[in-house]
Amino acid sequence: MKALSQKRRHPLAAIALLLMGLLLTGGLYAVATTVNQAKADTTSFSASDVEEGGKLFAANCATCHGMGASGTQDGPSLVGVGAAAVDFQVGTGRMPMQMSGPQAQKKPAQFNEEQTKQLSAYVASLGAGPAIPEEHLLDGKGDAANGGELFRVNCAMCHNAAAAGGALTRGKFAPGLAGVSAEHIYEAMATGPQNMPVFNDSNVTPEDKRDIITFLKTIEANGSPGGAELGSLGPVSEGLFVWVAGLGVIIAFTIWLTSRTS
Amino acid sequence: MSASSTAEAPFVPKTKVGSFTNFVDERVGGSGILREFGRKVFPDHWSFMFGEVALYSFVILLMSGTFLTFFFDPSMAETHYQGSYTPLYNVEMSVAYSSSLNISFDVRGGLFMRQVHHWAALLFVASLGVHMLRVFFTGAFRKPREMNWVVGGVLLILAMAAGFTGYSLPDDLLSGNGLRIIDGVIKSIPVIGTYTSFFLFGGEFPGTAIIGRLYVLHILLVPALILLMIVIHLFMVVVHKHTQYPGPGRNDGNVVGYPLGPVYAAKAGGFFFIVFGVLALMAAAFTINPIWNYGPYDPSPVSAGTQPDWYIGFVDGALRLMPGVINDFHFEWVIFGRTLTLNVLLPALVPAGIIFTVLFMYPWIERWITKDNREHHVLDRPRNAPTRTAIGVAGFTWYCVMWAAAGSDLIATHFHVSLNDVTYWLRALFFIGPVIAFIVTKRIALALQRKDREIALHGRETGRIVRLPHGEFIEVHAPLDEYKRYKLVGFESPAPIPAQPNEHGVVTRKEKRRAALSKWFFEDRVAPATPAELEAAHAHGHHEAIAAGEDQKSLSH
Repeated sequence: MKALSQKRRHPLAAIALLLMGLLLTGGLYAVATTVNQAKADTTSFSASDVEEGGKLFAANCATCHGMGASGTQDGPSLVGVGAAAVDFQVGTGRMPMQMSGPQAQKKPAQFNEEQTKQLSAYVASLGAGPAIPEEHLLDGKGDAANGGELFRVNCAMCHNAAAAGGALTRGKFAPGLAGVSAEHIYEAMATGPQNMPVFNDSNVTPEDKRDIITFLKTIEANGSPGGAELGSLGPVSEGLFVWVAGLGVIIAFTIWLTSRTS
Repeated sequence: MSASSTAEAPFVPKTKVGSFTNFVDERVGGSGILREFGRKVFPDHWSFMFGEVALYSFVILLMSGTFLTFFFDPSMAETHYQGSYTPLYNVEMSVAYSSSLNISFDVRGGLFMRQVHHWAALLFVASLGVHMLRVFFTGAFRKPREMNWVVGGVLLILAMAAGFTGYSLPDDLLSGNGLRIIDGVIKSIPVIGTYTSFFLFGGEFPGTAIIGRLYVLHILLVPALILLMIVIHLFMVVVHKHTQYPGPGRNDGNVVGYPLGPVYAAKAGGFFFIVFGVLALMAAAFTINPIWNYGPYDPSPVSAGTQPDWYIGFVDGALRLMPGVINDFHFEWVIFGRTLTLNVLLPALVPAGIIFTVLFMYPWIERWITKDNREHHVLDRPRNAPTRTAIGVAGFTWYCVMWAAAGSDLIATHFHVSLNDVTYWLRALFFIGPVIAFIVTKRIALALQRKDREIALHGRETGRIVRLPHGEFIEVHAPLDEYKRYKLVGFESPAPIPAQPNEHGVVTRKEKRRAALSKWFFEDRVAPATPAELEAAHAHGHHEAIAAGEDQKSLSH
């Protein structure tokens, strides 16, 4: 200990200290981020899947994403985005993109399940990334109350507390989540499509993601306890309704009540 | 007659019911009151019934609200929800929110009552607003009703206060966000803002006191004040008697309509049940303020689509329209170590301040400009007061721009446009919208007046085309009957009053300003057709008819 304190003014002490600090933080970071490391793909993709996917990719996606998915001016590189990203973008019809715009719009899927799987296999083979989620995370049997809290804290500011969707800047928007499959919800959280941030496994654990899905599926299945929900858009649609329908009906009655005189 | 007969022999009722009612009547004088009020005459027009709608909504609010107080607990103590709504089971929340959820899910009829209460609140303020618009555009605020107009304005403010305090009670995320904005607005007031906020919330926002305090205001103070104002308002309606639309036989000295009893009272009573029925149907079939969606209040999350109820919307919209920075000009300064945030202070308080100041002062402004000190019991048709109508529409447009801005995010998503563009357009409309509205409205009003004049003078177009013997085509005009014509010619069209010297023979600068405003107010005018003009027009029409009939006279044309 004494030897160490005597050497503390050595010219190289600062460098040694810096090195130690860097090693420590780097090491800790490496340990911490293993949580986020791409998991081994549980969906078994066969070699023929990858091969067929490559052909589909070259024919349908390479115009923008480049041969080998290395990216061009018109589209980002897809190396390392993982099978989950492909399954989400292609499975919801957002890719191939219909037209350029503030963000890719949902539309009927252009590829069937088999082809989507092959494309996912191809892109997954290019580099490790988030995989298609396991079945038990999508069963909707988690804790809805916990999911609701997580949803309000992490998701509601864009997607609305009732998951009805909301506006973002310059024509972008967060879509409503009714009718979105559990798999796609999970994949969106894991890969952060469009303007959505990535909620990786250290932010929101797979179990928490399962709870969020449970919450969304519960409120969707529950329906609206108070009658027609008017779009779940809050006071604006309520105000519009009372002015147009409520006051409209009342005015019709006032005209009826006073119609037989003068 | 009756007085003399009672003096001779006291009235002896023949039946048991008769003797009972007579007993009561001799002590409280009910028949006298009934005789007085039962003969009050009310003119019939659909647009006169919005005040009634507001009154009935208020009665429904009192009834449904009383029910809700039986089950609501305004405590901000923390609890874990144990009720039957599973997506919130065991979630930490305040007792106030938990009891609101219990009213919604575990009290029989509770959700229905909550929804009746909330829909009635929205309808209450909406019908108040429409009632005030009707009063404004028909000139019903003129002498002797200026003070009643002010009472109405106070009622509007109280209704908004009642609405907002109630909106905040369930302590859900949506209402908590609303309170946070109010807190921000209060804190933006220079010097006293922070102190006021700490006083109101009992410390730093949100604290543990605010729900209880708002509850007292919501169920005690504000409704009591509203009730007081309603009494004053209705008392003045009885004193002034009701206004009426212009028509044959109607003037400032009479009221043409139906007596209160029995038909009108029955109609009004029936109308209460119609309003109740409409509100009950809305409450049964359409959800309002689904607090279970929003979750308990927590200062960190803010949901998309967070808006206040519609009547506070214009303030929220003004806040949304205000830029924080224009180029390099910041609206937030630190002066003597205190922050002055004009980007909150200006939009939150200035437009509302302007709207209510002009609203309260308008009867006096118009009286000063027009020098009209007469009593008015016959209303103006809006077209016959073009400048006033234009001012009203301009103000309403300004309000609507701010109102729309409160829903800018939903306009963007539902019409697939950029939120930024919506904001830019509304910012532009905030300044030019009222100007355009003023010009367009005034021109439309004048055009309608010209059309009225044309119809009064020449009759209505029948669509029957007649070819005269010399080849000319004319369309036959049918003359109006006298009742319809009265409506088109029976109004005043005041001319500008030039500046007048005062008693010292001096034309003051204020008087010159008034004269300039008077010119602006009445310069563009379409005078109603005079009897002489009507006479001339009729003679002409008659002459034309003769000319059409007789060949020789067509030479004279």
